[in-house]
Amino acid sequence: MTTHNLVRGSNTIINLPDQSTAEIPKRNFISNEHGLLSWLLTGDHKRIAVLYLISITFFFFIGGAFAGLIRLELLTPQPDLVASDTYNKFFTMHGVIMIFLFLVPSVPATLGNFLIPIMLGARDLAFPKINLLSWYLYVIGGTLTLTALVLGGVDTGWTFTTPLSTHYLNTHVVTTATAIFVAGFSSIFTGLNFIVTIHRMRCPGMTWFRMPLFVWAHYAASILMVLGTPVLAIAIVLVALERLIGIGVFDPTKGGDPLLFQHLFWFYSHPAVYIMILPGMGVISEVISTFSRKRIFGYTAVAFSSVAIALFGFFVWEHHMFIMGVSNYSALVFSLLTMLVAVPSAIKIFNWAFTLQKGSITFETPMLYAFGFIGLFTIGGLTGVFLGSLGMDIHLTETYFIVAHFHFVMVGGMLMAFLSGVHFWWPKMTGRMYPESLSKLAAVVTFIGFNLTFLPQFILGYLGMPRRYHAYPPEFQVLNVLSTAGATILGVGYLMPVLYLAWSLKYGAIAGANPWQATGLEWQIQSPPLTENFIEIPIMDHEAYDYDWLEHKTQPEVTTVG
Amino acid sequence: MGISPVIWQFLVKWLTASALFPREASTIAPYMDALYVFLVGMTITGLLLVGAILVTFSIRYRKSVHPVATQVEGSTLLEATWTIIPLAIFLITFVWGALLYFRIYNPPVNSMNIYIVGKQWMWKAEHPGGQHEINALHVPTGQPVQLTMISQDVFHSFSIPEFRIKREVIPGRYSTVWFQATTPGDYHLFCTQYCGTKHSAMIGTITALSPDDYKKWTQGSTSGTSLAQNGERLFASMGCNSCHSGNAAARGPNLAGVYGSRLQLTNGSQVLVNEAYLRDSILNPSQHVTAGYAPIMPTYQGQISEDGLIDLIEYLKTLNTNYRVQQTLTTSQSDQAAPPASGMVKP
Repeated sequence: MTTHNLVRGSNTIINLPDQSTAEIPKRNFISNEHGLLSWLLTGDHKRIAVLYLISITFFFFIGGAFAGLIRLELLTPQPDLVASDTYNKFFTMHGVIMIFLFLVPSVPATLGNFLIPIMLGARDLAFPKINLLSWYLYVIGGTLTLTALVLGGVDTGWTFTTPLSTHYLNTHVVTTATAIFVAGFSSIFTGLNFIVTIHRMRCPGMTWFRMPLFVWAHYAASILMVLGTPVLAIAIVLVALERLIGIGVFDPTKGGDPLLFQHLFWFYSHPAVYIMILPGMGVISEVISTFSRKRIFGYTAVAFSSVAIALFGFFVWEHHMFIMGVSNYSALVFSLLTMLVAVPSAIKIFNWAFTLQKGSITFETPMLYAFGFIGLFTIGGLTGVFLGSLGMDIHLTETYFIVAHFHFVMVGGMLMAFLSGVHFWWPKMTGRMYPESLSKLAAVVTFIGFNLTFLPQFILGYLGMPRRYHAYPPEFQVLNVLSTAGATILGVGYLMPVLYLAWSLKYGAIAGANPWQATGLEWQIQSPPLTENFIEIPIMDHEAYDYDWLEHKTQPEVTTVG
Repeated sequence: MGISPVIWQFLVKWLTASALFPREASTIAPYMDALYVFLVGMTITGLLLVGAILVTFSIRYRKSVHPVATQVEGSTLLEATWTIIPLAIFLITFVWGALLYFRIYNPPVNSMNIYIVGKQWMWKAEHPGGQHEINALHVPTGQPVQLTMISQDVFHSFSIPEFRIKREVIPGRYSTVWFQATTPGDYHLFCTQYCGTKHSAMIGTITALSPDDYKKWTQGSTSGTSLAQNGERLFASMGCNSCHSGNAAARGPNLAGVYGSRLQLTNGSQVLVNEAYLRDSILNPSQHVTAGYAPIMPTYQGQISEDGLIDLIEYLKTLNTNYRVQQTLTTSQSDQAAPPASGMVKP
């Protein structure tokens, strides 16, 4: 760390090399090979991460466009923009694309793919070819979804509830189900790769409790991916078989149980919420530590709370079905377990907040997004307690309250964390900085737009407005107009990063190896990294988040090769 | 320059229609709102607490005034605090919510029963007295009303926000919910489970009437025959009475007084005869054979509608003696066939 940053009064930790002499290292994973094939056939985890980043951004904006159309329709109480079937396709495509093609792979497949080997001091993931295969499966799944969309779409809702999805719709259910089935395997392969890599490829000295919390969070999420996704695959195959040959597993007239599908579906889809949020929590741990110059308060508690969330996460699925005629006593058990799973999240929030204590805090863009995450995730988490509380759930479930709740967790939480992480590691991935003031503005715009979009929906939900409604009683209009206005602002907030990040690829300031003065191994190598990450496998001789070590490190930036 | 008329209208509308709560129109509603206020309080307190910590630390320890961080490893005491206090609050919420849940889903014994059949995309209400309603339901205030609901096709969900009740309406299975309306008036009925194209049009009006008005309404709206009377006609026209005649030598068990009793089945188990059992033993008779009888009853799956099943069940609930069964049997044998009754699915 250079001394001028210790001067009292400085309010940034950004420390860039002298721009007149600095240049991007000539040899790096991007310049290493050229041509499209060198990307499409790569085994390099960093290149695969970039491929994933491009593809999920593409699907994010398609999913976002559907969100925009939904909000536009809901501007007026009458069903006047599109036909009911079209509206139903909008929210189905929005849900399917956002969940299976954006949220589930978002952080793990991009940032996790890029960073986990480097954070562990490894040259790649354990199975580079399986990693590439996972991206191809994702692309096939995505293409099938787009095919279903172009052929006329699907209107089951992303939950595929039987018997609606099996017997009562003539849309492209099987195509979409196949898409989700295939995309699910990409998720399983990513999880498998992470678990094996974390177990087997840590560098010398990298004990479990020296791993960054980002890695712990991904480890927990990977367990969920590997154990949960196959159940979704089974459920979705049964839906397809029911449609194609009428096997009757979910059909009461053939002795099947229509509720069984929902048990199977939520057995995956509740843990899937943690698949989505845990990696985001990992990002927040890294960012909070870096911008407060502090080791995470209670490292062990944060690490174990990730694992606790993963374990408890498997035993709460029935809280999606409290009103569905399940046994009252089983509902009691699931409600109690739901309350327990809320505790590790609360622990994390307070540990992050107390990490700031006695720190030396700066407010660069990733930190602003992280603050946004903490605030919005607190609301998202606590409103989840409403829904876990049995009696309250009766009134709130299947209304806009639940829509607002999961958007606070998924968009307010996860997407904020994703953007925080992208802004944090962008200099590492590309070697260049983005315009800091513009990106701060984007963070603020996103935060304001988000709250305006989803806070009114909590009130709408308590007033009783059901979700997935194409038309609604006129007294709900004012709140819906507010929500649509917010969505417009939110859209601007999401478009801004695309523009300035693209701009930065060519014109951004040279970032150097460690612009944030962060402690992670990934910051001790050049930006962008070499294909092999490290010239020599490093030896981890200090704890994670050891800022003293960073300050007294005698060797300057390691492994920069001109 | 003045305010744009559109914005002006919008502001006026907002100020006049900015309800935060739906009306409280059932005995449950105040209980629900009390828990809601508690939970909103919890959320705001939690948010303020986290916000205060973030803001305080951000100001006190910002880099410009606190250039060098002091490392702190953690604190077991603090961490125990923020584990135990949230856990305690969540457990209170759990108990409170569970009490409310059992209150909403366990009907009082003196409640009157109305059947609801959901189908794409309408609600049919069947009153015991034979009143039929579509997308409407008239109920008395001051009297517990239980709804026994079933879907003819996909999942639906029966929601009355002003009563704070909701229950999934499931294909092939009865589900129940109850409420006691307190204030006469018209209330929203929504289907809240996505059920296909016209999901958002599967709505209706709940009309709560004072007991006197309700009495007038029931008298003015009856179709002439009660559900049980419809059921009796079905019982005869579908030929149920030929086996379930109540004779000692009959091929099927005697059904008089069967509702509410405990039956011994051939597979050794004992069952309580309720609506769900009666429905299932008409549709899947081979799975519910009363001890001492042969499994000869054919299935009626696909031959009788949900409305017809409700009629039959209501009939069996009122059946105390087999006198009329045998009378009908004699008559229908002499006439060859009974006239078709509504509720029978025509082949």
